[in-house]
Amino acid sequence: MLRYLIQRVLVMVPTLLVISMLVFAIIQAPPGDFLETMMAEMQSRGENMDQDKMDFLRKTYGLDEPMYVQYVHWMFGRWEGLEHKSGGLLFGDLGYSFEHNLPVSEVVGDRLMLTVIVSLASILFVWIVSFPIAVYSATHQYSIFDYVFTFLGYIGLATPSFLIALVLLYFANIWFGTSIGGMMDAAYIGQPWSLAKIASVFEHMWIPVLVIGLPGTAGMIRRLRANLLDELNKQYVTTGRAKGLPPLKLLLRYPLRISLNPFIADIGSLLPELISGSVIVSVVMSLPITGPMLLSALRSQDMYLAGSFLMFMAFLTVIGIFISDVMLALLDPRIRLGAGAEK
Amino acid sequence: MSDLTSHTPSGRTPSGTGLPHFVNHAPFDPYAIDSVNPALEKIYMASQWRMMWLRFRRHKVAVAAGLVLALMYLAILCVEFLAPYGQHSRNVDYIYAPPQSVHWTHQGKFIGPFVYALDYKLDMENLQRVYTENVIEPRLIRFFCEGVPYKFWGLVEGNTHLFCPPDEFTPLFLLGSDRLGRDMLSRILYGMRISLTIGLLGVVVSFILGMTFGGLAGYYGGWVDDLLQRSIEVLRSIPHLPLWLALAAILPVTWSPMLVYFGITIILGLIDWTGLARAVRSRLLSLREEDFCVAAQLMGASPGRIIFRHLMPSFMSHLIASATLAIPSMILGETALSFLGLGIRAPITSWGVLLNEAQNINVVALYPWLMLPIIPVIIVVLAFNFLGDGLRDAADPYR
Repeated sequence: MLRYLIQRVLVMVPTLLVISMLVFAIIQAPPGDFLETMMAEMQSRGENMDQDKMDFLRKTYGLDEPMYVQYVHWMFGRWEGLEHKSGGLLFGDLGYSFEHNLPVSEVVGDRLMLTVIVSLASILFVWIVSFPIAVYSATHQYSIFDYVFTFLGYIGLATPSFLIALVLLYFANIWFGTSIGGMMDAAYIGQPWSLAKIASVFEHMWIPVLVIGLPGTAGMIRRLRANLLDELNKQYVTTGRAKGLPPLKLLLRYPLRISLNPFIADIGSLLPELISGSVIVSVVMSLPITGPMLLSALRSQDMYLAGSFLMFMAFLTVIGIFISDVMLALLDPRIRLGAGAEK
Repeated sequence: MSDLTSHTPSGRTPSGTGLPHFVNHAPFDPYAIDSVNPALEKIYMASQWRMMWLRFRRHKVAVAAGLVLALMYLAILCVEFLAPYGQHSRNVDYIYAPPQSVHWTHQGKFIGPFVYALDYKLDMENLQRVYTENVIEPRLIRFFCEGVPYKFWGLVEGNTHLFCPPDEFTPLFLLGSDRLGRDMLSRILYGMRISLTIGLLGVVVSFILGMTFGGLAGYYGGWVDDLLQRSIEVLRSIPHLPLWLALAAILPVTWSPMLVYFGITIILGLIDWTGLARAVRSRLLSLREEDFCVAAQLMGASPGRIIFRHLMPSFMSHLIASATLAIPSMILGETALSFLGLGIRAPITSWGVLLNEAQNINVVALYPWLMLPIIPVIIVVLAFNFLGDGLRDAADPYR
């Protein structure tokens, strides 16, 4: 197990490195840099940018240096000999947001934390909702509820989540008379974390979690149902039934355990899906998570801010996949013992 | 039965009466036991594609979905003719007009499909435009009529429409109008052209990429395979939508809308090929070991012949099925990008561009018909899913 863990962590490092290069290439790709855009804008308004600040920014972030140097500085910070001077994602410095004129970490604030909370809550939601439904649908194949759930699942897969978000926002407003936009009561914004604040977040979170989790839930129900059906049609189940095993025990003993496997392995595909969903839903509902700010950063070429968000989302996904792999290894000895060659 | 138990060597039954000697005069056919009835034989002799068709036909929902999609793709060929208005024709007197209903009977008398004219009043209390039907005079919808002139596919000029508004002063907004007084139905029809082709083009891009990379990895194996596997893992661990957004943000603002359109298709395909590449690779790896492939190798077939003559046909069907299942995610991706304003830009109309107008909650409350483009999106995505499921089941007809 320990060997598997170490191996898995070692694979993660190059993955993250490659992702960081990719992200950097993408945020660098638009022609010109933010300072030039800003200069042009200010000159068109007849203002002049403070030359000192310009020079300071250029120097700090080395915008005139070649791209690979910029990448190294962004990722690993600046070094003099063996002494770490400043900056670098690895040392927790996310860079400087040109648009907001603040270090990225200050602009971002609670957003990263809230993104993690929303993502975790969405995964929990997907699991809690899809598990009983899928088991019911598989054990009662072709019953009315099976058809109903299958139909709802298809609708959930096909409807863009932003539309569901809009409609739910509207009806929540009519039925409950509350404004659902946002993640907490306005009074708590900018306040340090406290129990009351957490409670408020939970109160406001159910609509975003519902909307973000819905497509994932639909997909999960479909996959788990198919897996369980495959398993239930195998001969050992028939044999067990013929020998008079109680139905519930027959279900729980092996078929369910085996079909649980993909349930956990699917975090790998579920998490990117959820994060994608959260971007668009958070724009519609103006949630203070990564989505809206990423969008505006991309529009204004605020490269370090956009890069930090992209990097953070990828990091979250890679960690999520790692956790799911570890859980899978705990669950399934075939993976743990490295006999994965079996097809 | 009884003579089995009490068999006597003389061949006589215990009662003493002899059985007549039996001779079958029918010609002897040594393969008689193997022959089957003609109906079954047809299936046994059918080619692979014919069997797939036979199997696909049994999947009623998939056939229906295929028909719906075929109709839609036919429709995008003649949008100009089907839409009552042009893509950008504005009717400034009718801004945010609600959908009109088509009536058949006027004062108890049947006179065919017609609409009533709309009376417009500004409700100063809610600052809302209120349209009421003027039920005095029915106005018949015209069919195969001359209306807004257009250039068919930008080439041939024409002005014939399937149906047009009754006259110059009476509008025909079957699905309402938007903030510039443009007909939603016409815009949805024009948007269909973009939204449906973008999924197709995007899938072509990802198909080519997936075939190439998956084929290389599956054929060469070894470090090529490892490299591909690792890069796919990297690509898959970055959430798609943020990546699409970041790539779409790269497209220069100075590009013409047409270039942006192609840019978006390439971006959609660029990220989405991983699934197809994996499918190609795993199929190739398992097929390489099949008996017929080894047999071909032993008979001295060249690698090219093996790949194109033997391997390709057996996994092409699977690929087509997975490509069909990949199209909906492209269409949804385009819709999301355009909805967020980083996708296709205004003069070109897609369903996502139309939905961009329905971004805030006022729309849901006041002008819900602006959200109508979502319905074709759902229909198309569902149809592609059903069709893909049917194709996937049919792709393996020997099961």
